[in-house]
Amino acid sequence: MTQQRDYESIPGTYVYDSVRGRIGYHLNMFCMSLNKAENRAKFKADPEKYLDAFKLTAEQRRAVLARDWLGMLKVGGNIYYTIKIAFCDGLTFQDVAGMMSGVPKETYAEMMLAGGRSPRGNRYKDRPDI
Amino acid sequence: MARIIAGIGTSHVPAIGVAMDKGLTATPYWDPLFKGYGPARDWLAGHKPDVAIIVYNDHASAFSLELIPTFLIGVADEFPIADEGFGPRPVPVVKGHPELAWHMAESLILNEFDMTIANEMPVDHGLTVPLSVTCGQPQEWPFPVIPLCVNVVQYPPPTGARCFKLGRAIRNAVESFDEDLKVVIYGTGGMSHQLQGERAGLINREFDTAFLNRLTSDPQALSRLPHTEYMREAGSEGVELVMWHVMRGALGDHVREVYRHYHVPASNTAAAIIVLENRSAA
Repeated sequence: MTQQRDYESIPGTYVYDSVRGRIGYHLNMFCMSLNKAENRAKFKADPEKYLDAFKLTAEQRRAVLARDWLGMLKVGGNIYYTIKIAFCDGLTFQDVAGMMSGVPKETYAEMMLAGGRSPRGNRYKDRPDI
Repeated sequence: MARIIAGIGTSHVPAIGVAMDKGLTATPYWDPLFKGYGPARDWLAGHKPDVAIIVYNDHASAFSLELIPTFLIGVADEFPIADEGFGPRPVPVVKGHPELAWHMAESLILNEFDMTIANEMPVDHGLTVPLSVTCGQPQEWPFPVIPLCVNVVQYPPPTGARCFKLGRAIRNAVESFDEDLKVVIYGTGGMSHQLQGERAGLINREFDTAFLNRLTSDPQALSRLPHTEYMREAGSEGVELVMWHVMRGALGDHVREVYRHYHVPASNTAAAIIVLENRSAA
């Protein structure tokens, strides 16, 4: 039986399931390599060369080099892995969350201080009224 | 006989650890959160557990996508602090409790919970932040810890109902250990948060409050909440809350809530702590 992926009805959300896992494995394993300080140094020194050691698709490679955080999710990135690139750049989870949701850092921080993004209007892609 | 005296539910947001490590806890941003940990710390210091079982998830630290254990128990003498991409946290090494951990591993597997066993494993913020918020910044942690990892990074995590049953099996395992030990079990992660996508920053106070209430009033029905409901209502990473059901299942039917604190925001997350004393007869 094929799994019913009812979570696909949630807007702006990329659940790391088997479909994304199969696409994103090598991208995420590249990110995993950044847990080692010496690899972080190598990646920072020559990102293109460092990426040559991993089997990334052209679009995955572009997204990494461009720091297209949302783009990485769309080609199988898992946020717990791609965030390691951000740590390399000295960014925080909140910096990246702001960029993914397409608002300036300050706007995102203000939203969080005001209680976060409301679930209302954000539950279903086709039901902005609830 | 060993017994589980209480359960602690707590978020394990990495930024909370960073705030402690950098001495920022008294800043206006963090002060309201950290003030809320005080009574839980006092409770824990007053009850002096002999060992803690910490149910948490690894975040691409000890394990990558190469190997994904659904349930894992750490049986080592000690667990080093992981480098998660920005250097290890400056906190003490975590000492294990191999005797009880091995006993639990054997008991759980023979009771049909097919645990992965880890003899060597670094631990990340998922485990160390709960220790930090409940124990402060000591030179050594006040008790040994048995790490119990649950996969919540690769979908699907185990169901909440399965987690609850694992908790029950943990209770049986602990109570069949000969030595008189006072055990505390932590369920960690959550509460509502979403770290990814255009919907990042989702917080649902109403959902979280009901979840905290039902841990006492209606835990079994609560454990049957489907994954999609967590993700829709509490954010994609809110599904970490399944780990709290392991803690709750380990406590038996009757608990008394002795403390709770809830605060938004801790970075992108609704951070909570709850202390539930076990009132069920062993």
